[in-house]
Amino acid sequence: MASLRDIKHRIDSTKSMKKITGAMEMVSASKLTRAEQNARSFVPYSEKMQEVVASIAANNTSVDHPMLQSREVKKTGYLIITSDRGLAGAYNSNVLRNLHQTIEKRHRSKDDYLVIAVGRVGYEFCRSRNLPVAKSILGLADQPNFADISELAKETVQMYSDEEIDELTIFYNHFVSRISQEVTTKKLLPLTDLQTGLGSASLSQYEYEPGEEEILNVLLPQYAESLIYGALLDGKASEHAARMNAMRNATDNATDIIDDLSLTYNRARQAAITQEITEIVGGAAALE
Amino acid sequence: MKTLTVSVVTPDGPILEDSYDMVSCKAENGELGILPGHIPLVAPLTISAVRLKRGNDMERLAVNGGFLEVRPDKVTILAQSAERPSDINVDRAERAKKRAEQRLQSKQDEIDFQRAELALKRALNRLDIAR
Repeated sequence: MASLRDIKHRIDSTKSMKKITGAMEMVSASKLTRAEQNARSFVPYSEKMQEVVASIAANNTSVDHPMLQSREVKKTGYLIITSDRGLAGAYNSNVLRNLHQTIEKRHRSKDDYLVIAVGRVGYEFCRSRNLPVAKSILGLADQPNFADISELAKETVQMYSDEEIDELTIFYNHFVSRISQEVTTKKLLPLTDLQTGLGSASLSQYEYEPGEEEILNVLLPQYAESLIYGALLDGKASEHAARMNAMRNATDNATDIIDDLSLTYNRARQAAITQEITEIVGGAAALE
Repeated sequence: MKTLTVSVVTPDGPILEDSYDMVSCKAENGELGILPGHIPLVAPLTISAVRLKRGNDMERLAVNGGFLEVRPDKVTILAQSAERPSDINVDRAERAKKRAEQRLQSKQDEIDFQRAELALKRALNRLDIAR
């Protein structure tokens, strides 16, 4: 049995760990509140964007902008959104497992796909497995703004326009609630589901200045970029929520361990005292 | 007198929502002035100033990468960034301007050139409006 001092030592170290995880939980909770706010303030932009794009797409069926057309897929781009730091429970591993399975299932050769990694964990994962990483962005702020990601988004969309990739799929954790995040796989490009979630009643007829085609040229890349940004905000909110939950579980576990150890400690102390008394009594009896 | 409800929305959140008498801005093929009752219109905007007029007051916004959606009583400007004069960081814009100018002078491939040109436009637009 461990000595009293050993148990005491373990209790102390578990206690200081609990303090750290407790603090990290609170930090993540406040970051989560901010991230939720950011995600909310993005909603009006994305809704409006979708409305305009959908109304243009609905008004004329003759549009054949390359971003709306499915073409034969020779190369697929995968955009993964992960965190820079660990200690977020299954947050990263879920996304990465999903990516790995998809690649295993769909591709034979490394020439058929490429990965665009957001976050250090995803980047290291691809590096260590020799997956082709075309672009990456590391060390993103906890509360990213559009300027942080716009370059990557622009370049990614450009890769599609240049026919470097023929479709783009995005993997990220969708924020369902504070206790639940879901890995989501979304096909971003080509844009195929423009009309979803929009009643045709809300569409209005527009004049286009200069012309529909020019508008689409400006609008569709912006729309795709905004979808990427939206996924990032969603992912960030999920990251903070996942980390908060992981840290809460760690704190709870630490509490359990401390309780168990305290019990063991008290038993051991009691046993030591009992033994001491027995020894004294025994010694006194031997003297009589 | 009729007014227009103008809202300016960016990915980082709504910037402004208020009613004005007139909106004038620079679209890709020229200046546009929008008064209440305009027919529905969609037009992409250049990197420029959007001017919002109410009575004798005029407000200016630095807009980058946006487009304009007009309905008879409502104008929505969707932009990648939009700033009021008071929100513009003049130092940063000055630095961006210098950087872009240096890049333009050094010979580079076309993509970098275009990018620097856009950056310069953004910086000049911000400086112009902040003054």
